[in-house]
Amino acid sequence: MSEQTAPRGPGEEAAVEMISFLLDGREVSAEKGELVIAAAERAGTFIPRFCYHPRMESVGVCRMCLVEVSGPRGASLQPSCFLEVQPGMSVTTDSDKVKKAQDGVLEFLLINHPLDCPVCDKGGECPLQDQTLAYGPGETRFVEEKRHFEKPIPISELVLLDRERCIQCSRCTRFAGEVAGEAMIDFIGRGEGIQVNIFPELPFSSYFSGNTVQICPVGALTAAPYRFAARPWDLDQVESTCTTCAVGCRVAVQSSSNRVTRLLGIDVDPVNQGWLCDKGRFAFDAVNRDERLTEPLVRKEGALVPASWHEALAVAAKGLREAAAAGGAGSIGFVGGARLTNEGAYSWAKLAKGVLGTDSVDAQMGDGLPAEVVVGLPRATIDQTAAADTVIVLSGDLREELPVLFLRLRSAIVDGGLSVVELSPQATSLTPYAKASLRYEPGGATGLAQALVGTVAPSAGSAGAADPKALAEARRLAGAASVVVIAGRPSVAEDGALVAEAVQVLARGLPNARFLPALRRGNVLGALDMGLAPGMLPGRVTLDGGRAWFSHAWGSVPETRGRDTAGILAAAAGDQADGARVRALVVLGADPLTDFPDRRLAERAIDGAEFVVAVASAPGPITERADVVFPAAEAHERPGTTTNIEGRITRLGQKLVPPGQAWADWMIAGELAVHLDADLGFDSVGAVWDEVERLAVSHRGITRAVLDARGAADGVVAPLSASAVTMTRRHALPLDPIAVPGVESVERQGAPLHAGLVESPTAAGVRGGAEEANVTGPARPELLVGPVELDVPHVTPIDRYSLRLVASRTLYDLGAAVSAVPVLAGLVATAPLRVNPHDLDDLGVPPGGTLRVRTATASAVLTALPDASLPRKVVATEFNAPMEEGTVGDLIDIGAPVVVLRMETP
Amino acid sequence: MTKASPTGGAAVQGRDAASSSAAPRHLSAGALAAAREIIALYPEPRSALIPLCHLAQSQHGWLTPEAMTDIAGLVGVTPAEVLGTASFYDMLHTEPVGTYVVSLCTNIACLLNGAAELLEHAESSLGVNAGGTTTDGVITLEEAECLADCDRAPCAQVNHRFVGAQTPESFDRLVAELRSGARSEEIPDHGTLTRVRRSVGLQADRAQVAAERAAMAQAQSERAAAKSATAEGGS
Amino acid sequence: MAITDSPKIVTGRLQYADSHTLERYLATGGYDGLRKALTMTPEAVAQEVDAASLLGRGGAGFPAGRKWAMLRKNPVTYLVVNGDESEPATFKDHLLIERDPHQLVEGVLIAAYALQVSQVFIFIRGEFALGLERVQTALNDAYAGGAAGSDIFGSGFSVDVVVHPGAGAYICGEETALLESLEGKRGFPRIKPPFFPAAIGLYGEPTVVNNVETMSNLPWILLNGGAAFAALGEGRSAGTRLFALAGHVNNPGVFELEMVKTTFNDLINAPVLGGGIPHGRDLKAFIPGGVSAPWFGPDQIDLPLGQDEVAGAGSMLGSGSVVVMDDHTCAVRASWRITKFFSRESCGQCTPCREGSGWLEKIMERIETGHGREEDLELLLDACDNIAPGLTWPPQQTTICVLGPSIPSSIGSAIEMFRDEFLVHIKEGGCPYE
Ligand SMILES: Cc1cc2nc3c(=O)[nH]c(=O)nc-3n(C[C@H](O)[C@H](O)[C@H](O)COP(=O)(O)O)c2cc1C
Ligand code: SF4
Ligand code: FES
Repeated sequence: MSEQTAPRGPGEEAAVEMISFLLDGREVSAEKGELVIAAAERAGTFIPRFCYHPRMESVGVCRMCLVEVSGPRGASLQPSCFLEVQPGMSVTTDSDKVKKAQDGVLEFLLINHPLDCPVCDKGGECPLQDQTLAYGPGETRFVEEKRHFEKPIPISELVLLDRERCIQCSRCTRFAGEVAGEAMIDFIGRGEGIQVNIFPELPFSSYFSGNTVQICPVGALTAAPYRFAARPWDLDQVESTCTTCAVGCRVAVQSSSNRVTRLLGIDVDPVNQGWLCDKGRFAFDAVNRDERLTEPLVRKEGALVPASWHEALAVAAKGLREAAAAGGAGSIGFVGGARLTNEGAYSWAKLAKGVLGTDSVDAQMGDGLPAEVVVGLPRATIDQTAAADTVIVLSGDLREELPVLFLRLRSAIVDGGLSVVELSPQATSLTPYAKASLRYEPGGATGLAQALVGTVAPSAGSAGAADPKALAEARRLAGAASVVVIAGRPSVAEDGALVAEAVQVLARGLPNARFLPALRRGNVLGALDMGLAPGMLPGRVTLDGGRAWFSHAWGSVPETRGRDTAGILAAAAGDQADGARVRALVVLGADPLTDFPDRRLAERAIDGAEFVVAVASAPGPITERADVVFPAAEAHERPGTTTNIEGRITRLGQKLVPPGQAWADWMIAGELAVHLDADLGFDSVGAVWDEVERLAVSHRGITRAVLDARGAADGVVAPLSASAVTMTRRHALPLDPIAVPGVESVERQGAPLHAGLVESPTAAGVRGGAEEANVTGPARPELLVGPVELDVPHVTPIDRYSLRLVASRTLYDLGAAVSAVPVLAGLVATAPLRVNPHDLDDLGVPPGGTLRVRTATASAVLTALPDASLPRKVVATEFNAPMEEGTVGDLIDIGAPVVVLRMETP
Repeated sequence: MTKASPTGGAAVQGRDAASSSAAPRHLSAGALAAAREIIALYPEPRSALIPLCHLAQSQHGWLTPEAMTDIAGLVGVTPAEVLGTASFYDMLHTEPVGTYVVSLCTNIACLLNGAAELLEHAESSLGVNAGGTTTDGVITLEEAECLADCDRAPCAQVNHRFVGAQTPESFDRLVAELRSGARSEEIPDHGTLTRVRRSVGLQADRAQVAAERAAMAQAQSERAAAKSATAEGGS
Repeated sequence: MAITDSPKIVTGRLQYADSHTLERYLATGGYDGLRKALTMTPEAVAQEVDAASLLGRGGAGFPAGRKWAMLRKNPVTYLVVNGDESEPATFKDHLLIERDPHQLVEGVLIAAYALQVSQVFIFIRGEFALGLERVQTALNDAYAGGAAGSDIFGSGFSVDVVVHPGAGAYICGEETALLESLEGKRGFPRIKPPFFPAAIGLYGEPTVVNNVETMSNLPWILLNGGAAFAALGEGRSAGTRLFALAGHVNNPGVFELEMVKTTFNDLINAPVLGGGIPHGRDLKAFIPGGVSAPWFGPDQIDLPLGQDEVAGAGSMLGSGSVVVMDDHTCAVRASWRITKFFSRESCGQCTPCREGSGWLEKIMERIETGHGREEDLELLLDACDNIAPGLTWPPQQTTICVLGPSIPSSIGSAIEMFRDEFLVHIKEGGCPYE
């Protein structure tokens, strides 16, 4: 890829011009165009503020940040949050006049603000309280009656608003309108009576509503789950990464008495810039639930009974050995693993492939893309994506699947020059922002991709449902200098290979493009990097490519390529044409019964498997039916690292002690290995990482020391050559108490935010330069690069009575992350069936009426909604969401390239 | 504050919101046609928000939530933004008001000429406080800020038509006339801000506007004739 | 000083009952100014206005010619006419809008030509229902007669003029709030810089905002020349100006007077003008330029009606409204009512204005109703000082727009001039005038 056409990274921008100005009499340098408030902060002078937020446009309304600025007509008071630094300007932040103005503003704010700090959630970490102490007048001169509003009103299921406490800084309304693009809260009224509110009966049901709670400088907006839960002085905290989805937002995890009480977004420039989605923000509560698994379980006489670790491990080892003895190593299948840490994933991969010798290992649950495609394509970072000229999106709805990536894209579109081309069977949240939105029918992605990159003439009809004008525009945009493709799964009712092939068509047709995988499960990309995929070994190498290297390092690797999850389950169910069976199933923190698209196959697989081992943190359908259950630590209970969609490796912080006898995932693999008479060779999570760094070629050089370096708090993108380790400077955290309000206040209570592996980086096992020279043995394997040969199924045309199904993802579904958290579970909505209005008309079903859809083997009843964005003969619904009758999982046949169904009036 | 966005500054939502920006359901066909004409006058649809609020009030007398939702869809903002904007303005009512909104100015020039006493009289004779609506739903009493008619103080407006300086006695007569309908020609029901439409320009069809005006004038004179006939018959 | 016999520049037609009709307008030289302008270059028209030294009549008194010149450097995209007139006791634009809408329209068209804009918005206060109808009718007539729309009078110049109704909010008179309102938003004044909407105005484009009276002067200036206009008045205060006189006078109304040549005393007491204070009472105080202006006492009654003259004496001519209070007026009550106005009309953005106005009003109410405390006077002044530091005139501000610093004017004046009266309220537990 040539230099000119590479997507611009943030570090490649033109050097900023620096100017200098006088701040309280001393000369200080600032970036040209920088706001006085920010420049002063960098120079160590904190100017109090309420409305200013570094990630939103300044409005200059609270007037707390007034400073004196010299001008032609003498010094005047100006809002430093709105004023750009000018060369030679003289700014005074501490004069009597400034002090008086600040006192005045605080006094004005307090006249109508209730003094209910003792019962306010914000008490103890309230910038108004703090700034009153620091800058405010001593006592109140206000004897009149305060403004009164009805007590807290819920503005959504998750957020409560106490209008009495509001100081009208407009942070929340700006967030809703500017950042989320959902102006569902606004100021109502005028002057003294102005209040934030929603439109009657139209709640602020944004996926991002929790951010308003985080940035509210007072206790006006509170999160329903956190209300009265804790006080900042009881809180301890650690920096970590949210693994609810694969964006990898950095968070502060705060806890009190071994319970997580709150997650706050950290302003990490390359990733989440302070924001979180509500699912990520509130999903932590799963870790606190009482129904956690606290001891190993073993099935005895049909019933699961508690057992010692020793016993459970022995039973598991025996079962696996017997399966291997009966049908060879290939009769053991491992599914799941996207919720493990990198260290856990590596340990399990080593156990499965190096010890047990099976390659039938897959962290993806039939809803991803083939690992070779994901791992082999040149990866883009989120920053590169936001800075690209054109982003081509061929994935599910990003707001539903990777919400904060959606926010980053939206702001790049609205504030910058990013153009989006969307390839999708249905409208998504990005559609209103897309320059061109091209429709295809399930099965038609490759044809559309070919039309887009010009492999076939667009007039040849291959573009299917796409509008020719939009296609022409899309082709023009695809020719831009920097292009990033976001590749994921628009539908789980369509074979992943079909989409993967379309992605490869784009890769071949746009040789300079970079790719950002839109795979949603927490650490799925880490799991793939660690080799939890058929045909792959740790470090983004193929089984064949890495055979010599890992045989040397591990002792052995599987002979032949294994099966993916669909194949493993089919083989367990006894469906495989070759007759080979999977007898033992190991399920790693996943549940085929709820996570896998083809629910009936999963059922048959679990029934068909002779021996099922489940590694799980809480009971669920799969643990009910397992023969051995290992209790595992969850997020916030285990240290280690995780990898996001960019390949960014960040450290996970451990905040809690796992309940009962639950163990970290890497440890379970290690102990199971011992019962299989093998030694994985790790005595600590750090030791696992050391081996990863040593053996995984994509991770070379990302040592513990690198990950623990202060400047690497934002993580390191693998492989190191992809982007230099940029030692980032965090936004203003040390000075600004309200950039991320909750974090700083807890720090001041004596709990500094820290992150990292538990062991110190200087612990034994860190590779030194001398050791490096001594490595002998086979040559280092090559990273997998570029498109691969895919086995792409043939899609047959459908008859005129049939339709094709799109099953997309919705953020709040029946998955474990949501079900385990009551406040989120309450947000799960019944899925409608969206139908092209003409098709609905043909059937004579009115909008909102119910209809039955039927495949050869199953049926379901749904409420029909017209959706003109859908091509004719395509219907869409959400996977893993409740329906009137039946489930989508029953309709999906993973063996068929697309799901074909018929509609009838019930 | 004015930031260029590819979507014209309008709040855009994805799939879920697509249905809320569906075809307006509450504004009448006539109002809808007028709304589209108004929107076409401006470089950006949102500029029509306030004129459309006036238009919706001319249909219902106040801004119903349904009308605000329709307006949101027409100009490409959320209903919350319509409410947020409308509630800023005194003339836009997000709660029902009477057929006649009687505004009494009590600002300085009127205060110096007995406005406070007039308001007190009005409150007691109507039996409502300022801001309230009489039980028969005919009159809403408002304490207004300066209405720019200070040489006729204390100044009063009914549905934004100036009715001249008022004394307690003239006020009671005015109320009686409003209740009897005697002023309905001169003062349209609340919500009708202006009866003169733009007759030319970018969108309007001159012939159509002329016809409408003629029809309006005709209807008006007919009503007047009918009224005077009944008045004569009745007395 | 005497009341000069200057020409009636903007009110000449008001002697006719049908002054608002096209017929009357055409019969009295209507649209001749526009016709003449169209024969000149746009620059020449602008120069004529510059030569007239026409100060903006919206309150700030910035010369229209200079404002245009600043903008003509970059092409002006929009002309917006400010007909929001909501400053208490100001009712001169109301008169021009209702009684001579064609004159306004002609002025607007001349300005549009000089500025070479193709889109004009006339923002008219929503409460002027009749005015809205009259201006729209005048515009309809102008379009029909070829004076507006495409190819005006065959000149090749085209302009579209839209009448935009306000919806009731004083702050929308502030030009940036007006633009926000015109964009369909709440009337939140925009933060400065930029200090003029010149650079970033309507929809972010360069925009000229001018007042209704400013515009209404243009037909005469075009017909009679800028020099003739500048010859009237004195110094910076050129031409005539409308003064709205209200309060305790026998003959309240709008008077067109030559600037500087006339004094407040003339305006209030001359039989042909205000006709003096009713019931033979004495003058207690008067507000020289709208309620945002500091008050004057009888001592200042001989000041001439000139912008600089009034500014020199510590107040402003502002919007040209003069409110007269006789000696039976309660100063506490008057300033309380003015404070209440600001509290109701604060847009609500800035903390000092939103909270300060409400608090001040509550304190004033307490004093007026007999619940005042002596320390309240210092508290009032200190709270005022926190809104407008120094309590100087023109005020310094802690807020985005100058509504905030306008709040202290009346309180400051009342306390300074009538401190005793406050003390009587406090000591006697109520208003001595009730
Ligand atoms: C609070 C406030 C209210 C104002 N109200 C009006 C008004 O009602 N009418 C007006 O023409 N100007 C008003 N102005 C002044 C305008 O901002 C602006 O200066 C004026 O319209 C410019 O026109 P001109 O240069 O022709 O005077 C107001 C200013 C402020 C700060
Ligand atoms: S000073 Fe008052 S009116 Fe002006 S912008 Fe601020 S809050 Fe609004
Ligand atoms: S005005 Fe600057 S922080 Fe609020």
